[in-house]
Amino acid sequence: MIELEGLTKRYGEKVAVDNLTFTVRPGIVTGFLGPNGAGKSTTMRMMLGLDRPTAGDVRIDGQHYDRLKDPLKYIGALLDAKAVHGGRSAFNHLLCLAQSNGIPRSRVHEVLDTVGLTAVAKKKAKGFSLGMGQRLGIAGALLGDPRILMFDEPVNGLDPEGIHWIRNLMKSLAAQGRTVFVSSHLMSEMALTADHLVVIGQGRLLADTSMADFIARNSRSYVRIRTPQRERLLDVLHAAGITVVETGNGTLEVDGDKSEAIGELAAQHQIVLHELSPQQASLEEAFMQLTAESVEYHAHTDPAAQQWGDSWRRG
Amino acid sequence: MAATQVIRSEWTKIRSVASTVWTLSLAVVVTIALGMLISALSKSEFDNMSRTERLSFDPTFISFAGMSLGQLAMIVFGVLVVSNEYSTGMIRTSLAAVPQRGTFLFSKIAVAAGLALVVSMATSFVTFFLGQAMLGSHKASLGDTGVLRAVIGGGLYMTLIAVFSMGMAAMLRSPMLSLGILMPFFFLISNILGNVDATKKIGWYLPDQAGSKIMQVVTPIDDDTPYGPWGGLAIMVVWVVAALAGGCLLLKKRDA
Repeated sequence: MIELEGLTKRYGEKVAVDNLTFTVRPGIVTGFLGPNGAGKSTTMRMMLGLDRPTAGDVRIDGQHYDRLKDPLKYIGALLDAKAVHGGRSAFNHLLCLAQSNGIPRSRVHEVLDTVGLTAVAKKKAKGFSLGMGQRLGIAGALLGDPRILMFDEPVNGLDPEGIHWIRNLMKSLAAQGRTVFVSSHLMSEMALTADHLVVIGQGRLLADTSMADFIARNSRSYVRIRTPQRERLLDVLHAAGITVVETGNGTLEVDGDKSEAIGELAAQHQIVLHELSPQQASLEEAFMQLTAESVEYHAHTDPAAQQWGDSWRRG
Repeated sequence: MAATQVIRSEWTKIRSVASTVWTLSLAVVVTIALGMLISALSKSEFDNMSRTERLSFDPTFISFAGMSLGQLAMIVFGVLVVSNEYSTGMIRTSLAAVPQRGTFLFSKIAVAAGLALVVSMATSFVTFFLGQAMLGSHKASLGDTGVLRAVIGGGLYMTLIAVFSMGMAAMLRSPMLSLGILMPFFFLISNILGNVDATKKIGWYLPDQAGSKIMQVVTPIDDDTPYGPWGGLAIMVVWVVAALAGGCLLLKKRDA
């Protein structure tokens, strides 16, 4: 269990993490979602006692990180797969971590086996591919057999096989009753692995909800209709007990998958339809909408900017 | 967190990187080889020396002449032991494993200083005996007054140079910045300050000049340094302690 209370980090004027309060619970995978620069990594570094919070508090199983005796036995983290001395072999890298927390040498062999690096254990880490580096980082996280695991963007830059392996690993760790906290900037990735979602944008908490809830609320299916005989269709649908929502741009929307029923009703009453299409709002869209206002670096594609450029060229 | 666990871990770290072996062997080879060379040259020069020069002829100190260059390799050793953590990003992994930053830094420095002490002591004795062999009839022997103190002092001096570098690297973090400050300081600036009359008194209190006093057996005739061999070493120790305290303070204060 990880508890955050009013966690805040300021760098001068800039607020990187703004008053975050949430709890990461055991037995499930909690996804930590936010656009690039939202403060995910800063939050995770504060959880591990690497960065000092400007205000607020983080507790690991009720204790401050630096009060934990042999912290690798409580919480294992993969922050940055490159945080390794390249001149040291994979085995020695894990061995020095194990020794500092009183973990037996035999456990080093076990985790190397778990992540599939036994064959290259004696090789220097600087020769490792991104995927192998990621596996070495995960081996380090698993070393102390901790009850809490934390992964910062674990699938970044991995091949499909590696992504698949990490997804299954996280699910199996949670199924063993462990707390699994994983960050990502991809909603689609979270939808596949996370049971619970914490969304932040510009350091602020935007959502703290179960994945099922988030999907139910955000991935509604509906039918989009365009017709020149709008009033007549509205009457007909109303009479049939179908609720219609009028959207701003002249189209109508009906919740659920009722396109066949609507088509037949329109035919019966000889109403012309220009469009009758089943739609599904994607989770990615829902996520983008949620974080739209807090994205730090927008690509400038708004029409105003375009026109300004055009007039400049014409002038 | 038991300090013995962290010390064991730091020993694994230091023995598993190549830079440890090459910096320390470079320090040994350069110190001994240059010491022998200068001892041999001094022997052939002796007959041409003036009376006062012969009076302040210090065979023990001459055999340690290689340390002026060998200490640079010691500085690289000290700097790399600490700053490797920062340049590779390993520091975040290390501090997540050992969040007690004081314990972390002092275990690392204890291990590195212990290793440096063993290597430096051996180097000091070897360079003394080989240097004396080169000096032939002008040689000093270990039983002479002050000679054993000077030879042990040579080992302590090299160790303290390495530890001072570790403290500086803990403050500066970047290996390039640390080396860029320490190397010219010990190789050039300290010598210039010590040899110009106006700044001579400042030079006396610099760590390397104060510390190297311990290796002198014969005091030069016009020497008016206000401290003896152990006083000089004590001044050096003060510098080392200050560098370590600064490094520890900054490590505790800063985000990793």
